[in-house]
Amino acid sequence: MKDGIGAPVKRKEDKRFTTGKGKYTDDIRNDNQAYAAFVRSPYAHARVKGIDTSAALAMEGVIDVLNGQQLTGDGIGNIICGWAITSKDGSPMNMGAWSALATEKVRYVGDAVAVVIAESQALARIAAEAVEVDYEELPVAANITAAMADGAPQIHDNAPGNQIYDWELGDEAATDAGLAEAAHVTTLNITNNRLSPNPMEPRSAVATYDDAEDHYTLYTTSQNPHVARLVLSAFYNVAPEHKLRVIAPDVGGGFGAKIYIYPEEITCLWASMKTNRSIKWTSDRSEAFLTDAHGRDHITTAKMGFDKDGKITGFKIDTLANIGAYMSLFSSSVPTYLYAPLMSGQYNIQNIHCNVRTYYTNTVPVDAYRGAGRPEATYLVERMMETAAREMGMDPAELRRRNFVQEFPHQTPVLMQYDSGDFPKILQMAQDAADIAGFEARKAEAAKRGKLRGLGYSTFIEACGLAPSKAAGSLGAGVGLWESAEVRVNPVGSIEILTGSHSHGQGHETTFAQIVADRFGLPVENVSIVHGDTDKVQFGMGTYGSRSGPVGMSAVVKAMDKVEAKVKKIAAHTLEASEDDIVIEGGEVKVSGTDKSMAWHEVGLAAYVAHNLPDDMEPGLKETAFFDPVNFSFPSGAFICEVEVDPDTGQTEIVNFTSADDFGTIINPMIVEGQVHGGVTQGIGQAMLEQVVYDEDGQLLNGSYMDYAMPRAADVPSYSISHHEDSPSPNNPLGVKGCGEAGAIGAPPAVINAITDAIGTNDLAMPATPQAVWNAIQAAK
Amino acid sequence: MYSFDIERPTTLEDAVEALKDEEAQALAGGQTLIPTLKQRLAAPERLISLTSIPELKGVSAKDGWITIGAATTHAEVAKSVSAYPALAALAGQIGDPAVRNRGTIGGTLANNDPAACYSAAALASGAVIQTNTREIAAADYFLGMFETALEEGEIIIQVRFPIPEVASYQKFAQPASRFALVGVFVAKFADGVRVAVTGAAEEGVFRWSEAEAALDSSLAPESIDALEADDDGLIADIHGTAAYRAHLIKVLARRAISAMS
Ligand SMILES: Cc1cc2nc3c(=O)[nH]c(=O)nc-3n(C[C@H](O)[C@H](O)[C@H](O)COP(=O)(O)OP(=O)(O)OC[C@H]3O[C@@H](n4cnc5c(N)ncnc54)[C@H](O)[C@@H]3O)c2cc1C
Repeated sequence: MKDGIGAPVKRKEDKRFTTGKGKYTDDIRNDNQAYAAFVRSPYAHARVKGIDTSAALAMEGVIDVLNGQQLTGDGIGNIICGWAITSKDGSPMNMGAWSALATEKVRYVGDAVAVVIAESQALARIAAEAVEVDYEELPVAANITAAMADGAPQIHDNAPGNQIYDWELGDEAATDAGLAEAAHVTTLNITNNRLSPNPMEPRSAVATYDDAEDHYTLYTTSQNPHVARLVLSAFYNVAPEHKLRVIAPDVGGGFGAKIYIYPEEITCLWASMKTNRSIKWTSDRSEAFLTDAHGRDHITTAKMGFDKDGKITGFKIDTLANIGAYMSLFSSSVPTYLYAPLMSGQYNIQNIHCNVRTYYTNTVPVDAYRGAGRPEATYLVERMMETAAREMGMDPAELRRRNFVQEFPHQTPVLMQYDSGDFPKILQMAQDAADIAGFEARKAEAAKRGKLRGLGYSTFIEACGLAPSKAAGSLGAGVGLWESAEVRVNPVGSIEILTGSHSHGQGHETTFAQIVADRFGLPVENVSIVHGDTDKVQFGMGTYGSRSGPVGMSAVVKAMDKVEAKVKKIAAHTLEASEDDIVIEGGEVKVSGTDKSMAWHEVGLAAYVAHNLPDDMEPGLKETAFFDPVNFSFPSGAFICEVEVDPDTGQTEIVNFTSADDFGTIINPMIVEGQVHGGVTQGIGQAMLEQVVYDEDGQLLNGSYMDYAMPRAADVPSYSISHHEDSPSPNNPLGVKGCGEAGAIGAPPAVINAITDAIGTNDLAMPATPQAVWNAIQAAK
Repeated sequence: MYSFDIERPTTLEDAVEALKDEEAQALAGGQTLIPTLKQRLAAPERLISLTSIPELKGVSAKDGWITIGAATTHAEVAKSVSAYPALAALAGQIGDPAVRNRGTIGGTLANNDPAACYSAAALASGAVIQTNTREIAAADYFLGMFETALEEGEIIIQVRFPIPEVASYQKFAQPASRFALVGVFVAKFADGVRVAVTGAAEEGVFRWSEAEAALDSSLAPESIDALEADDDGLIADIHGTAAYRAHLIKVLARRAISAMS
């Protein structure tokens, strides 16, 4: 099938994006448009003693200046975290209050205290600078260590010692026993560096209150508009759901940062009602660095024990996680249920124990960022394997092979039941592609040029396709994680797919059309995808956690099953044949073994004119389905990174990067490659370039691209990519596993393992900047 | 960005006149000034664009000197300064194509960013900065981080570089901005070798005189092996410690010398 599953169909949406015709939130302009600018705290921790708005209000063109007292006074609720984590002593997590506009205290640099509404954006910003806030500075805890220290400033009154929870997973006694009997124990102290997500399009909101209808419309940069509407309605009391329409139009990248509902959207909605104007706010890049939820930020100590044959006997992890100044929407789940259950990696480990303590700090909230918890786990597991192999004098690939899970299903001691995969084969694919045999010669040649060449592995697994609702609910999730779809066959036979999965770069308009084209033998041009508008699309859960394929597409398949059944009934009735003999092929609905057939569009028309339908049949051809996965999906892969380090400067060049992935069935290999390219590049960014730095006063030191280093094309090699498609997921109809996060999850340890191999010391933290690598070389001398 | 007016004079006289106004500021390629305005760190009422004035543009070579108009872009220098290959190569490594096609040598020198590349070339070459009122020797021009000998309203018209026998610029990029974390320009003239260092020092570009003395006797990488650049007064920030910068100065100087021989 030309445009079907497996075809590298060019992206249908790209004409609009590459010709500047995309329609983003900031492109929306209403007749009564006014603009918001936020007055933000310059301090990381301070009491707000007074706000003087008189100078701002006196400016011509300023419509209003609103503050947190007014917002809470109007009954707007606090921002919540939607995943309840219970500490190991049984106590609930200590969630501090978060008001969209701070009332008594500010808790990070950038925390909003007031909003100016004005006739232009420029004026709103000038007026915001004229708002005088009287702050009483408080002591600051800008990182985990400071937040944990004796006498640390108390950030939220209900979180003593700034601790949110002390949580564990796994059997500690059994793990201790496993470590005690080990022939070798490897210990690692590692940090997972804090990252800023940096989607190309900054966040934006256009909120419009219609007083005649008592109805709100919000255009916003969201990965999940229905979840946004639900939370805005049920928790923030902005408006009941039927009085609030949320539209996420074209969205220029998210990487997690656009999952959450932020203070700005809430404030714009409320301010629209207050001023009876449409309110627009668009973040600039500086505001994005200050206020978009960051990712990662862990400090971990871990031990892994091995018997004399290199089999893992136990793995014990103690992690400290930074959640920032407030608990963002899914923040609590990232260092717990998205992290600890991945500690088994691709390995058969009987004993695992993971303890996680999470802390408030005076920094912007930390939440899910591409991979969310799984990169942190993978970085730990894969650096552990490589380091242990070096300590035991074993080949790192061989150590992995000895421990690989080989039979499926496989139950790990940390909740997950792996359903499919072929880890040895995928590792072999990567090794062949990377020409492992030739490495020593390449290394010798590099040495002649004064360069240190190194090689590093990462064999990783992810839990994607978030998530079985019942399981998620039992672990504390406040929502279900199914997905919905509606398949509408029009009277002319063309098809609209309404999906709850949101596309913000993933290419759904192409891949979702491909699965429909494949099923019914129609050209992809005849299929359009509708998403991102709560008035158009049935409730859906949105896009994150590599779920659009495994969960979103599965809902489409279920709805297509229903459409197909009805199409067959109509055709059987019209063609006077048995339903069982009807086949749908190449755009035709045929009676098999005969020359009797109807064109696809004739069936569509028959359904709608309803002149000749079976007696008990309703007219129309449109079906809805909800798909709730029975398990996560488990993409896996083997990455091999080869680097050259200049010992004089510490500069590292990635000379080869090989990725062999198991994403299950591949719908569009070109789009999958794009996801791998982007994900691996982001992973290389984390490994070598990126890190958010706050000073001890909580001031952000690198809030611009002049100081926050993003990966660029010249920083990465041309990737070698291959796919293993022989272990499709048994838990969804297409056998897809998800590919959106693999690169970001698997790449960092491969890079660091390669650099540490090159420089001959394991003591190197991310990001491996030239300075850091040079320091490590000096320290090892 | 605060709002401002913009004027585009076509003669030097008009530009000088317009810049007498305290609220006016010169605009060349805007690669430094526009980001500064966007971050609301400056609020001039009027910008006076210098890019429509013919005297400020173009490159010429005569009698062993290269003359570059202040409003000449980095891309133009990279393309046309064939008589001074190290200078052309330096210009070709500034920023990215967008920056090179707009940014100018005059803007760079007027701004005197401590990590700018041209400053190293100007100091190592002994360039002359010609303004609307006087000539300033490079040695007298750079007065510290973002500080120059320029007076209020003074406009750079052109920069003249004597062409060395041989020269090389080695730049080690800061990972985020790709400005020079450290850049070393070494130039050999009949009367001696000059080594200028950018990116490294709090006070901006400076000459590494010990290295110059060592290289005067022999222009070979080994000549500086016994030297260490002093880390006193060097920049320490999230991209590099003072000690690392000091180390890079020597590494890059050696590489420059190797490239020259
Ligand atoms: C992404 C990026 C990367 C960069 N990378 C590098 C790099 O690697 N190396 C490097 O050296 N630079 C780099 N730059 C800076 C670049 O070279 C700029 O072009 C330069 O700093 C300023 O030149 P401009 O013509 O853009 O000046 P403008 O920004 O227009 O002006 C800068 C200042 O100079 C004044 N001015 C301008 N022209 C004159 C004149 N003729 N007389 C008196 N005053 C004048 C202005 O009033 C202003 O104060 C980079 C810039 C960017 C944005």
